[in-house]
Amino acid sequence: MIVSVASGKGGTGKTTVAASLSRVWDRPVTLVDMDVEEPNLHLFLHPVIEGKSSANLEIPVIDESRCTSCGQCSDLCQFKAIALMGSVLLTFPELCHGCGGCIAVCPEGALSPGERELGEISVGKAGGAGFLMGRLRVGEAMSPPFMRMVKAKLVEIIGESERDAIIDAPPGVSCPAVNAVMDSDVIVLVTEPTPFGFHDFKLAWEAFSPLSKPMGAIINRAGLGNDDVYRFCTKSQIPILAELPFDRAIAEAYARGRVIADEFPRLREIFLSLRDGIRELADTGSREAARA
Amino acid sequence: MSKIAITSEGPSLEDQMDSRFGRAAGFVVIDMDTMSSHYIENGQSQIMAQGAGIQAAQLIAKAGAGWVLTGYVGPKAFQALSAVGIKVVQDLRDITVGEALERFKSGGLKIAQAPNRESGK
Repeated sequence: MIVSVASGKGGTGKTTVAASLSRVWDRPVTLVDMDVEEPNLHLFLHPVIEGKSSANLEIPVIDESRCTSCGQCSDLCQFKAIALMGSVLLTFPELCHGCGGCIAVCPEGALSPGERELGEISVGKAGGAGFLMGRLRVGEAMSPPFMRMVKAKLVEIIGESERDAIIDAPPGVSCPAVNAVMDSDVIVLVTEPTPFGFHDFKLAWEAFSPLSKPMGAIINRAGLGNDDVYRFCTKSQIPILAELPFDRAIAEAYARGRVIADEFPRLREIFLSLRDGIRELADTGSREAARA
Repeated sequence: MSKIAITSEGPSLEDQMDSRFGRAAGFVVIDMDTMSSHYIENGQSQIMAQGAGIQAAQLIAKAGAGWVLTGYVGPKAFQALSAVGIKVVQDLRDITVGEALERFKSGGLKIAQAPNRESGK
């Protein structure tokens, strides 16, 4: 089973939840930091990194002696990563998504695959759990292609050892967030009952609903703000899997880089019940998938 | 230097110049030999997330213009235009297309050696 911990708004507690959930998960599990633009799960889990590899994107390299300036590659590319200017063919590697289409359509064999580094993938262990992290190169904009490489690594790990996975997703509802959650069995949306939290929670719910995955909510900083998010969850039949209280002691533990399920027995209880709630939700999801 | 392209908010010489290059509304292309002009829409580039400047540069090259008169040019557009020897005059704004044309005819406009805008702006 793959569980994604996501949120519309940043700073609602995805990493806090993912880290604590890993502490109460009683089956083999790998924690995945898929917030590749700013990974921070390692700051809480202190993993031992056993292997690092660079992730490279395939980009076109032009053989000018063969190019006839026919423009087929340029017409195909939706990102202007390869562009015919008059009779001069130019590449803009930083815009390339690595689809390989230009190389495939070139009738002259004038394009060959080259490489551009997108980031680094780290694999290791954090206590009893496996750990996988993608870190996008600073200045790099192509996070979805890089995230696909991190997910390919995850599939490899899960396939070898029949593990569960908990994905710490990036915030928001754009391509990187959708990419992080789209292959999971359950999506958990972390929110806070503030107007900003509620607004972005609705966006995330709308963005991820077409994926037809079972979704549940976690209300962090419960006691703050108002009841809007609760009313919306009731109306939209979104199960609230856990509530984490708005408490200065929790914020202090977080700020010290602690995993809150380790620090507070009452919170550990909440995460145990969250774990069971997630499994129940996954079972419901697979029953519904079987019926459909 | 028979044709120049001026970034414009509309099709005529009376229209305001558009200070943006990649995301300009369009280009008024003027043939300096005949002084005839025509307009190229750039709406398709305006809606691109990235690569607007490159696509706009392709339109300019296709129109056969040797000069671009505009406000701001980003690095990729500048690279694309330079690759085929199209000369760029930038930092023009708050004037009409016709006024830009007059300045060009009177000479003294400086050919840019580098882009004056960051990517995507």
